[in-house]
Amino acid sequence: MKLHEYQAKRIFGDYGVPVPQGEVAATPEEARAIAERIGGPVVVKAQVLVGGRGKAGGVKLAKTPEEAEEKAREILGMDIKGLTVKKVLIDPAADIQDEIYLGMIIDRARQRVVMMASAEGGVEIEEVAATNPDAIKKVAVDPFLGMKGYQAIGMASALGLDKSQFRPFTKIATGLYNAFVASDAELAEINPLVVQGDGSLLAVDGKMVLDDNGLFRHPDLAAKRDLDEEDPYETKAREADLSYIKLDGEIGCMVNGAGLAMATMDIVKHFGGAPANFLDIGGGADAAKVATALEIILGDPNVKAVLVNIFGGITRCDEVAKGLLAAIEDVKPEVPFVIRLVGTNEEEGRALMAAANFPTARTLAEAAQMAVAAAKGEVK
Amino acid sequence: MSILVNKDTRLIVQGLTGREGSFHASQMLDYGTNIVAGVTPGKGGQEHLGVPVFNTVREAKAATDANASIIYVPARFAGDAILEATEAGIELVVCITEGNPVLDMITVKAYVDQHPTRLIGPNCPGLISPGQAKVGIMPGNIHIPGPVGVVSRSGTLTYEAVFALSNKGIGQSTVVGIGGDPIIGTKFIDVLKLFQDDPDTEAIVMIGEIGGADEEMAAEFIKEYVTKPVVGFIAGQTAPPGKRMGHAGAIISGGKGTAAEKIKALEAAGVPVASHPEEIADLIAARL
Repeated sequence: MKLHEYQAKRIFGDYGVPVPQGEVAATPEEARAIAERIGGPVVVKAQVLVGGRGKAGGVKLAKTPEEAEEKAREILGMDIKGLTVKKVLIDPAADIQDEIYLGMIIDRARQRVVMMASAEGGVEIEEVAATNPDAIKKVAVDPFLGMKGYQAIGMASALGLDKSQFRPFTKIATGLYNAFVASDAELAEINPLVVQGDGSLLAVDGKMVLDDNGLFRHPDLAAKRDLDEEDPYETKAREADLSYIKLDGEIGCMVNGAGLAMATMDIVKHFGGAPANFLDIGGGADAAKVATALEIILGDPNVKAVLVNIFGGITRCDEVAKGLLAAIEDVKPEVPFVIRLVGTNEEEGRALMAAANFPTARTLAEAAQMAVAAAKGEVK
Repeated sequence: MSILVNKDTRLIVQGLTGREGSFHASQMLDYGTNIVAGVTPGKGGQEHLGVPVFNTVREAKAATDANASIIYVPARFAGDAILEATEAGIELVVCITEGNPVLDMITVKAYVDQHPTRLIGPNCPGLISPGQAKVGIMPGNIHIPGPVGVVSRSGTLTYEAVFALSNKGIGQSTVVGIGGDPIIGTKFIDVLKLFQDDPDTEAIVMIGEIGGADEEMAAEFIKEYVTKPVVGFIAGQTAPPGKRMGHAGAIISGGKGTAAEKIKALEAAGVPVASHPEEIADLIAARL
């Protein structure tokens, strides 16, 4: 789950990271009032959950409260990569001398939280990784020890900071690590961490992505989810504990298991079709869950055929068949179905589907070809 | 003819009395797996499915001399269950549970690494040595004993590959699901090494997916150390970047971890990569 910039920076601030004392506005008038309170030049920043806000014109400098109101009016309601801007953050403008990147990530190869930093801040870290990988410094943190002072100082030194900045940098690095761990994050980023004219450090932009699997420990953070910025069907899927991602094709896929769901999408493409979605109904899916999955798939008007591919392990095929039949009765779909049930209780499952006159396939290749043909309107 | 689990496996089921634990324990018992104990805190002294239940893994191990454990407890308790089994000195711990917070797993993995225990998973289907022992949730009936070792990050996709192999009469030595999380106990390289050293494994199937770089590292390892034929498959060729495809670990981030990169790395290591799961069996058949 992604947090907005202002939410991330507030959390960083709670852990001792110096952040601009800005506020969020939903109207141009509010933006003006905040700018008046701040006094001096401010930055008006669109709060949407996508990168590249600056390039899209969603971040603007304003020298006066009047100008802040004007810029807020321009930015509010703006469309950035398909998302409508509903809030702007009004931050006091920083005195930028230099820009650093500082992030905490989960490093899968090292199996550690890794602090990553680069003296080339202000640009996306992926870009630095592609063009100048040596500029990125990494330090792995021992989970039993946490971020230690020498590691932060080592990083400050590697970044070429002045020795007077070692202690403030250590406080920021430690604070960011602690915020990361305490929030069950999978990414926490300050980009840029600005070196100001007086040598002080300031976290001007912040980004935080939380581990969805850790949210049960953080009801306060879970409540910050911005449903306006999520596909409504993805919201519905998440609430039903289903994994769903919408794609552009015409063959709806309902599969159990993430790997098999991907392989099913791949084989649909292999046989000349295009998958409409990724959908994993997960382990132990019951009838109600299958029905919800079906409603989500059929909610996509592009879907011309549905391929159900269930290999029963933790999910029993007869449960899936019952769920499917219940859902079909409920939703009364107009598109053709191709159903493949194999594994635990497969005979019971197939018997249930056959009794209701649904075509069943035994191999995946056969099922995919039948679905592609069905989507083209060729009767099978 | 197997790795990690066999007829001598003496298994504890952590979470035996729960819904999933019960269902799968009875399936494992039907398969012939030697389940010697169950663990459910507060239910010690009872019997479930004819298996004695203990409050702790330590008590279960002391009473039964168990050497392996399988975990079916909910995600918020799974990390604790792995630590408990590790601390009790269980040699092989298999964690089926999905949805584990990644930071929990970083700590758990670091702890397991300081002990002789081997962890499989989490978020995995477990492992099976056909005809000997099933320690997992896979449908046992699709497996037959034979010379092919299978290692995979997936669950149901692995069943698919096994089903295709068995349909051709090609049996399996051991099938290991290593799990779909970003942090897992045992990686491709560990299992490839075990298969390479197992005299009864003659060929290997490796099933990967998008996300991370373990397949690329495995490709390097295969080039250097594996002399047995290996056939690969990578799921997620049609997966969009930046989206998590069900498995916590299956995500293309910053342009890295794509199926295309992994297929390229495997092919460069001399590993043919199947274009769909059922083709895996054809490629193996040509190499036995």
